[in-house]
Amino acid sequence: MSSIHAQTPGLLTTVQDLGREGFGAMGVSPSGAADRVSLRIGNRLVGNDEGAPALEMTLLGGSFAFPQGAVFALTGSDFGATLNDAPLQLWTSYEARPGRVLRAGPTQSGARCYLCVHGGIHVEPFLGSASTHLLSGLGGHQGRALRKGDVLEIGPASEPFRKTSVSAEMLRHLLPRKILRVTPGPQQDWFSESAHRIFSSNSYRVAEESNRMGLRLEGQPIDGNSEGEMISEGVSLGAVQITAAGLPIILFVEQQTTGGYAKIANVISADFHSLGQLRPRDEIRFEPVDWESARSLLLEQEDLLACKDLFIRS
Amino acid sequence: MPAIAYDGARFQFASDQSLLVSFGDKITRRAHQQVLKLLRLLESEPVAGVCNLHPAYCSVLVKFDPLRLQHEELQSTLQEYLRRLKNVTLPDPRLVEIPVCYGADYGPDLQDVCAMHKLTPEQAIELHSSTIYLVYFLGFVPGFAYLGDLPEALVTPRLPNPRRKVPVGSVAIAGNQTGVYPSATPGGWRLLGRTPIAMFRPDRKGLSLLAIGDHVRFAPISAEQFAALEQA
Repeated sequence: MSSIHAQTPGLLTTVQDLGREGFGAMGVSPSGAADRVSLRIGNRLVGNDEGAPALEMTLLGGSFAFPQGAVFALTGSDFGATLNDAPLQLWTSYEARPGRVLRAGPTQSGARCYLCVHGGIHVEPFLGSASTHLLSGLGGHQGRALRKGDVLEIGPASEPFRKTSVSAEMLRHLLPRKILRVTPGPQQDWFSESAHRIFSSNSYRVAEESNRMGLRLEGQPIDGNSEGEMISEGVSLGAVQITAAGLPIILFVEQQTTGGYAKIANVISADFHSLGQLRPRDEIRFEPVDWESARSLLLEQEDLLACKDLFIRS
Repeated sequence: MPAIAYDGARFQFASDQSLLVSFGDKITRRAHQQVLKLLRLLESEPVAGVCNLHPAYCSVLVKFDPLRLQHEELQSTLQEYLRRLKNVTLPDPRLVEIPVCYGADYGPDLQDVCAMHKLTPEQAIELHSSTIYLVYFLGFVPGFAYLGDLPEALVTPRLPNPRRKVPVGSVAIAGNQTGVYPSATPGGWRLLGRTPIAMFRPDRKGLSLLAIGDHVRFAPISAEQFAALEQA
């Protein structure tokens, strides 16, 4: 059996794949990688299906040993990682010989870095997915973030290794944004014109309490909606709720499945991965777009991900 | 813009990958029945490209794969489903009994709730446990059932400051709702008691003890019975 050993786990490292859809009626949200684009690219760099389970590191990476060796790639944000002290590049696959240790440090760019290994990380699937749901303690490795000394099984590095990287030119178009594009939320009519103006013309700061459930924002309060409290309803990924204090919360991958705050807007699908790279204290803005643009931006992103020129084999 | 769909139901684009179907804006048994019927129909005859359903009091959020489906197309498919709702028959609801140890450390807010309503603990427990509740829907976290309606005499606002961690199995009230915390999560509902029964277990076939549409009755138990059931 090949394995990966967490010598130090990092600040918050979890097993994630593309999440579990279809269990909303039980109150189970999909969870899954916060930056799906990075997970998908990382898996393809190491010859996996794009949804294979990988490690998601947050803000501060850990040290991981490969006692039997492994083929791996790092994607997402730059955590200044090394393999036995040799610097590693993001968006590139490597072969680690048995006994090598990968060390990742504090982030030098966004919030999350993915460690994808050939064969994927093996954990018992829960409702068809390896994703960790931290709040409820379900899925992933024992329903929790990794701890020092955890040993995870990985797939054997069977295929002959071919170093692969991502086209820098194409990657440019897939990098996370700080200007988040939004479509109107189901309660957009509940907010005054001036509320909408405040929402789209001010920048907001990501608060420290942000996590995989939701991103709390600080900044200019948005006038309370005129209709008061609403009856709880199903809420979508990326929904921008306005709290009683007038501040936005963006619902994220471990979101509650229903909620009672009015939603002024919803982040578009093409910008979900950008949410996964936001750090506390980052400044963001919202840019309203129409439904047609939301759709074409997603199709463009998928076209880029499907393009055969995305990967360069050496 | 919301479009009237059928028989008072409305469609709204909630995001670029979800559509909200609402049956009015009041919590009623009729709206609940409509939600349940639409859910059953969508479960028995799934729409290709629909990947998740979030039912609530009087609405269902339908999440779809935007690469396979668009709002307008889904809307016209759902119109057909809505027309057929009146022909959907729902089975008689299950009655699930949940044992609860009320008061003391099990229900640290029972005293306050009694004081607010000028009730003795015995009266409050009697009121809470003599009602048969409906599971309007599950939401918030895995296995959390929104139960209603609470007897008028127990209707109490949420705590002004939510607890950071509510003990697993806590039986709580807020507004005219009651519910059981399936895992130790933050929470702003007032805690009346605790059940030793697991509400959500990943190793069990029926993961969640409760499902939308179930009926629930709480049965008071002693601390000794709680300990015995917890061991079982």
